[in-house]
Amino acid sequence: MDADMTDQTKTDTAQTGPAGLVGVSTEPGAKKPDPILVADSITRTFGGLTAVDVEHVEIQRGAITALIGPNGAGKTTFFNLLTGFDQPNTGSWSLEGKSLKGVAPYKVARLGMVRTFQLTKVLAKLTVIENMRLGATGQKGERIWAAPFKFLWGKQEDEVTNKADELLARFMLDKKREDFAGSLSGGQRKLLEMARALMVDPEVVMLDEPMAGVNPALKQSLLGHVKSLRDEGRTVLFVEHDMDMVRDISDWVIVMAQGKIVAEGTPESVMADQRVIDAYLGAHHDTDLSELDEARLEAEVEAEIAQEEDSK
Amino acid sequence: MRKRLYRVLVALIGALMVLMVGSTVAAQATETPPPDATAIQVTLQDEANKDAQGNPKPIEGVTLVVTKDGDKVGEGVTDAKGVAIIEVEELGKHVVSLDEKSLPSGTVLDENTKNEATVQVRFQGPNNRAIFPIGVTAGEQSSFGKDLAQNLRAGIVFALVLCLAALGFSLIFGTTGLSNFAHGELLTFGALMAWTFDQLFKTGGLATVSVILAGIIAVVLGGVGGYVQDKVLWGPLRRRGTGLIAMMIVSIGLSIFLRYLYQYFYSSSTRSVSQYSGQQREEHWYYLGLAFADREAITVLISIVTITVVCLWLAKSRMGKAMRAVSDNPALAASSGLRVDGVITNAWVIGAALTALSGVLYALTLQVNVFMGMRILLVIFAAVTLGGLGTIWGSLVGSLVIGLVYELGPLFGVPTSIKEVGPLLIMIVILLVRPQGILGRKERLG
Amino acid sequence: MDILDILRAALQQALGPQAIVFVLAAIGLNIHFGYTGLLNFGQAGFVAAGAYGMAVTVVTFDAPFWIGVLMAIVAPLVLAVILGVPTLRLRADYLAIVTIAAAEVLRFVFGAVETKDTFGGSNGLNGYAKPFQEANPFSSGLDLGIVSFGRNDLWSLTVGWALVALCCLLVWALMRSPWGRVLRSIREDEDAVRSLGKNVFAYKMQALALGGVIGGLGGLFLALKQASVVPSDYSTLMTFYAFAALLLGGAGRVMGPVIGAFVFWFLIAGLGSFFSQSAGDGGWIPEVIMTDTQASLIRYIMLGLAIMLLMIFRPQGIIGDRREIAIDGR
Ligand SMILES: Nc1ncnc2c1ncn2[C@@H]1O[C@H](COP(=O)(O)OP(=O)(O)OP(=O)(O)O)[C@@H](O)[C@H]1O
Ligand SMILES: [Mg+2]
Repeated sequence: MDADMTDQTKTDTAQTGPAGLVGVSTEPGAKKPDPILVADSITRTFGGLTAVDVEHVEIQRGAITALIGPNGAGKTTFFNLLTGFDQPNTGSWSLEGKSLKGVAPYKVARLGMVRTFQLTKVLAKLTVIENMRLGATGQKGERIWAAPFKFLWGKQEDEVTNKADELLARFMLDKKREDFAGSLSGGQRKLLEMARALMVDPEVVMLDEPMAGVNPALKQSLLGHVKSLRDEGRTVLFVEHDMDMVRDISDWVIVMAQGKIVAEGTPESVMADQRVIDAYLGAHHDTDLSELDEARLEAEVEAEIAQEEDSK
Repeated sequence: MRKRLYRVLVALIGALMVLMVGSTVAAQATETPPPDATAIQVTLQDEANKDAQGNPKPIEGVTLVVTKDGDKVGEGVTDAKGVAIIEVEELGKHVVSLDEKSLPSGTVLDENTKNEATVQVRFQGPNNRAIFPIGVTAGEQSSFGKDLAQNLRAGIVFALVLCLAALGFSLIFGTTGLSNFAHGELLTFGALMAWTFDQLFKTGGLATVSVILAGIIAVVLGGVGGYVQDKVLWGPLRRRGTGLIAMMIVSIGLSIFLRYLYQYFYSSSTRSVSQYSGQQREEHWYYLGLAFADREAITVLISIVTITVVCLWLAKSRMGKAMRAVSDNPALAASSGLRVDGVITNAWVIGAALTALSGVLYALTLQVNVFMGMRILLVIFAAVTLGGLGTIWGSLVGSLVIGLVYELGPLFGVPTSIKEVGPLLIMIVILLVRPQGILGRKERLG
Repeated sequence: MDILDILRAALQQALGPQAIVFVLAAIGLNIHFGYTGLLNFGQAGFVAAGAYGMAVTVVTFDAPFWIGVLMAIVAPLVLAVILGVPTLRLRADYLAIVTIAAAEVLRFVFGAVETKDTFGGSNGLNGYAKPFQEANPFSSGLDLGIVSFGRNDLWSLTVGWALVALCCLLVWALMRSPWGRVLRSIREDEDAVRSLGKNVFAYKMQALALGGVIGGLGGLFLALKQASVVPSDYSTLMTFYAFAALLLGGAGRVMGPVIGAFVFWFLIAGLGSFFSQSAGDGGWIPEVIMTDTQASLIRYIMLGLAIMLLMIFRPQGIIGDRREIAIDGR
């Protein structure tokens, strides 16, 4: 444990949460007064492509941090690395001072850091409520020797179900309770995945584009939920392309481009930052996006082939 | 009386001759055309009495009696080549005993030699065993160095032919992601077609080029078979969005279906293609001190040329590059304007043709049996897993390693009758330490 | 041709001891494939491990009968661990390849001349089943008119179907529990399960071991029932018979393997008997088209076709849920 950090949380609560972010430098890799998640010199390459190259980043405890950047900036890859779903080429990172290097994804989740996926991963052939129940931690009935005997886990199952029902109501999925998750719409899947992640009771919630495909009315209430997570003292880190939402709820914004962190700051300062406009908005401002994508894809195919030729 | 060593070998017709690449028995076994019926073949050779070329002399006129459950079911006498073929009615355990009194004078059984051997006649599965040595006087005759050279030679031939089949597998796996359990049947198909057309041509005016012609036709038919399979079965399944696991199970069904369909029409007996150009004694080519019988030399040559051509084609041609792009990332390739379906069809045609060629070459060096593909499939799997599933260069390396391990294993303690064990164990160990195989890349995370 | 004869043969097979072996193997496969999504193509290896666990312990090592029974459970367990550790972290097809290879390796080793002293070579082992036969409480066989079973078969059947009932009960109890829920979730998307803090590897291992042990019980039963173990019984065909039965009945359903194995054996044995009556001497199919030997191959050809067609046209089997399958199409 980082003694320094625990000291700070105990003595100076004002530095925790959004309040602590006041006056923090806007240089990439700025120090936060009370970081819960710290990452150092993380790189990840795919063939010749450097997808992530983050020198230093800290995430403030109890605040909502947005991670933004153009397509292919490496945001999802960075999420994968932090949560143990992918291994970086170099670097170290820690949650509450505990190193997560080489820690299996399920252990990362148990330590209190839970993520959702950009491409939703609902369990299609399980009902919505079963999806939710799966999220609960410490279930006695998940041990093989206790499983055949319902009296050992029946009561806990009821508690889990109650909690799941509450969350479903909050996310407006209660009407879908008994439907197969595979029959949900894209937006509903996003909601289900977020609700399921909350069943774990995480300390840090990492959401990969939670609002993609969610209708505007629901978006508003979701924003409320995300804020209430912060009010419960949880840390939220999310990736989002919707600038309105970023402006609306985030306390801090980190901007990635081509794998690097190019700027940090409060939403207002970031939106005004020239570096951001250059890297994120400016660079491809006038180009036709579809054309750009195709060119990029082609370049990648070529790069991979070239790489394969090299390796043989 | 001077004690002599000799070697008595009992070979079982209907057995898969894959096991015997280049060994002395293989050559012996193919010279006497086996009957279609179930039979036990015995070859007797006098190890202590070599001819000018150093080959042991066959022993003629020895009586062999086959019994089953104590009842005599057959009897045979060895011919001028030392071979006796004794037909039997039933499957199951048979005991072959040698009548010592019928041995030519001056020849006696070596003290370590028993005069009988148990033979399990089992045609309904690929587990038929080819050789049952009676009283081999191990160690005295063969030196380790000689064995090494011989097994090395067999290993090279086997590895190269395996390589063709593995290349075919990798092309199809790479572009479709399908672990095709019916791949062995593509190989069997090639071998069976080669045999069939050889039968057709060998008596007519084309007799001199019978084998070559049959081989070419078999390869072409193999390619056509791949095309038809893709058009009729796999293509529609892909378009329906059938999952890979479901397709894998379909391929299992197809494999069983085809295997027994082959058996329906060809029965389970083992056949061999005719000797090309009617040659009686095989010339030997020497290379790096390894003696290759000329059919082996030709096999090696054809394999190397084909593998080189395919590799160059993959590296240089447009379609080859497209194929590798699809292997790498189908979604990416599709979005950059490649016609993925066309590429896959191409992969099927070429993959199936390569595999059929592999089957033809097996038919040439060994024998043809409807179960040969199933048995080789496991070795193909070991090869491609070792190299890295789906990587083309990996499958080359994997096949070479596995082919050599397969043949050299017996020198290092793997029982000869279960040579498959070596490669399969190596595969499991490799998966433990390097799951992506020797040349494979780590899995992508979605 | 005698229709009644064909029916009788079919029913006798579908209820008989041979079917029980496949039911047990298929129940194990159901845990692997139906619930967890593990593609085990080497179930025959687990069945063999059970059978040889028993036989080798008692015959080769002279241990008492009950230790043999114990070993019939331990051996598949050990096999599951050995196969699981390298492959369960990898993609599904690796497990498929390694299991089918391992099953064949086991069969080769059990049947090899070189290991004859331990495993009895291709003739296998016998002479261990006495305690089982002596425990037979029946004094005579059972004749139900259309089917009849001898005294020994009746005893085997009682034990076998009781074993099947117990296994089904266990599967039912497990699969309604949170443990079963984790397995089904792994089948759907293991990364999602990981992200929720579940140790996917451990669950897969448990599933592989449990399914393997149930397959091993099938082997134990086969060993006791026929009082000998022979390596050729445990070919890959055994695995695929069990697979076909499972797919026919409905994967991921408690009763799927039971119903599937019953129907499948009924059809296979019925058609087998139909063709063997039709072909050869006195049959109506001319010899040119089908000989006796060829008639005996029909069942294998059908096995292959059945697996293909089921997987393509009715992957949910007889009692599966159509909706569940329909979702997959997305
Ligand atoms: N498994 C992989 N193999 C090869 N390249 C990859 C892999 N995963 C990601 N990449 C590449 O890394 C880069 C970063 O991808 P990433 O998914 O992290 O972007 P992102 O910032 O999440 O984009 P988006 O906003 O579109 O979701 C991309 O160029 C992508 O093609
Ligand atoms: Mg992303």
